[in-house]
Amino acid sequence: MPEVTYREAVRDALTRALREDEGVFLMGEDIAEMGGSMAVTQGLLHEFGPKRIRNTPISEMAIVGTAIGAAMQGMRPIVEIMYEDFLTLSMEQLVNQAAKHRTMSGGQLKVPLTIRTQGGAGWSPGAQHAQQLEAWFVHVPGLKVVFASTPEDVRGLLWTAIHDDNPVVFFEHRTLYPVKGEVPEELEPIPLGKARIHREGTDVTVVATGRLVHESLKAAEEAEKDGISVEVVDPRTLLPLDEGAIVASVRKTTRCVTAHEAVTRAGFGAELAAIVQHGAFDWLDAPIERVGARFTPLPFAPVMEQWVVPHAADVLDAVRRTVARA
Amino acid sequence: MATVEERAESGGSGVSDEMLRGFFREMLLIRRFEEKVEERFRAGELPGFLHVAIGQEATATGVCAALAREDVIASTHRAHGHAIAKGTPVDRIMAELYGKKEGCSGGFGGSMHLYDVEVGLLGANAVVAGGIPGIVGSALAFQLKGEQRVAVAFFGDGATNAGTFHESLNLGQLWKVPAVFVLENNGWAESTPTVQHSPLPVDELGKRALAYGMKLIEVDGQDVELVYLAALASREHALSGKGPVLLHLRTNRLTGHYVGDPQVYRDKEELKRERETRDPIELLRARLELSDEELAAVDSEVTAEVEAAVEFAKAGTDPDPEDALKWVYA
Repeated sequence: MPEVTYREAVRDALTRALREDEGVFLMGEDIAEMGGSMAVTQGLLHEFGPKRIRNTPISEMAIVGTAIGAAMQGMRPIVEIMYEDFLTLSMEQLVNQAAKHRTMSGGQLKVPLTIRTQGGAGWSPGAQHAQQLEAWFVHVPGLKVVFASTPEDVRGLLWTAIHDDNPVVFFEHRTLYPVKGEVPEELEPIPLGKARIHREGTDVTVVATGRLVHESLKAAEEAEKDGISVEVVDPRTLLPLDEGAIVASVRKTTRCVTAHEAVTRAGFGAELAAIVQHGAFDWLDAPIERVGARFTPLPFAPVMEQWVVPHAADVLDAVRRTVARA
Repeated sequence: MATVEERAESGGSGVSDEMLRGFFREMLLIRRFEEKVEERFRAGELPGFLHVAIGQEATATGVCAALAREDVIASTHRAHGHAIAKGTPVDRIMAELYGKKEGCSGGFGGSMHLYDVEVGLLGANAVVAGGIPGIVGSALAFQLKGEQRVAVAFFGDGATNAGTFHESLNLGQLWKVPAVFVLENNGWAESTPTVQHSPLPVDELGKRALAYGMKLIEVDGQDVELVYLAALASREHALSGKGPVLLHLRTNRLTGHYVGDPQVYRDKEELKRERETRDPIELLRARLELSDEELAAVDSEVTAEVEAAVEFAKAGTDPDPEDALKWVYA
């Protein structure tokens, strides 16, 4: 199987979708000649031209709103929001319009729209270029939310998101773009709502998303040296969520840690914890531990940034706490 | 031969009396519909809350008459007239206001979320300026597919201060999409008069189009003939590839912001004067020189239609509570 970067995998899904369906087009800031601020859309302008690879003004409300309108007319627009912090500018259109048109119209309308965005700490961008806001969108009925952590997943999931008939907010993580991984020769669509078990284990389940999947796998290797067997599960799509796979894993291991880069408070881990305690209450041998960022806007200085967001060591500590209880 | 646009700007001509009589009937239907829903709301029969467009019938009728069935519109919280004018049957709108399955949004929308995709009504919107970007997008889709259709956004003067309005005009003109932005300027953003919400005088709000290099067409929104001609010209321009039009219609809200609004903020004498001089239905009636008998005949017809709509709505089916989850996802 060929090895590609996460960035190339995203580009591959976009390219294939653009080739296959004339209704697919891209909109976003600096995505054309420049190829996107993360270089994801490099080369697409050359192949598909300016009608389908559309540079936009810095107008997130209009970008998302225009894509909504085009989607209502049967197109499949893909929007790139440069940083997920800037999603906040388009919240009205996403939350009040994209997510609600189908219900408000009594099923007359569909909004087949994909919003790609990225964020994440690890390079000292400061407070306005690195937030992890995925949990906000999980709270909105009508949206779907994806957060892919590997090249294979990001490609297969993006393909599915583009062809889904609902608005999908698709999160990529900045620090994952150069990460390499094997992908099948032919793109295999990955259904939304299906978790991936990255590593099987018997003592603790770590449910992790985004960058924390990789940190959790590192933590699992460390834990193994102490004789602790860690299972790492990546839900991949937060909405819909593969509750069954997560609950089944915890029933097997009897302990659970949730891990994401977003702040812990009211983060996605809180929802996971609620689902797990309900679905595996009688199996649990320890309180569910949550790993996430400390509750602060992200500071600039590398030493502070490093301390605020979670790493493998934080996951490992949480794993040890759950095991220590039993 | 003068272009439609020149005719509109020169005071209008060439609209047959027959067509004007058709406009009159529709405007009166909208008026009687609005009066009826006010009455039924006050009687406690309608859930939620309502905004009626009494006084603004000519803008809805004139604009929608200039559109093709396959053209699309996005409306506002003051939507009943737009829906009627675009072709949604009154009984289905009434059923929606009663929360019935037979409603144009299946009981999921209500007064502020009327949808009828079949006739090109892409939704009334309860967020001021919220529907405007979607219209740019619909127009973009028409442009990309090479379809000769326009997308039309209705909004009020209050919306012209919202970021979505400015971002949409900027992007729409940049990409020269076939859109018409219809500014129904009634001089009030809820209770706030233009003088408190815009640095431009109320009659000059259309100038905002000029900042985006956009074509501006302005006519009196109480004169349905002018509105119709201006809308025809706007549609023509939008389809020509030169970009959208801001169609500025100066109109009058001859009622409160919502049903039950005591309008403490409004000069009663001024309102009385507006009702006497700016009622678009009275203005058209005078223009057509309709006799009392002719008026009574049209009136009884549209009144009966509205009464029948109420009967239809009351006889409608309540949704099952669990239907609530039916359309969250496609």
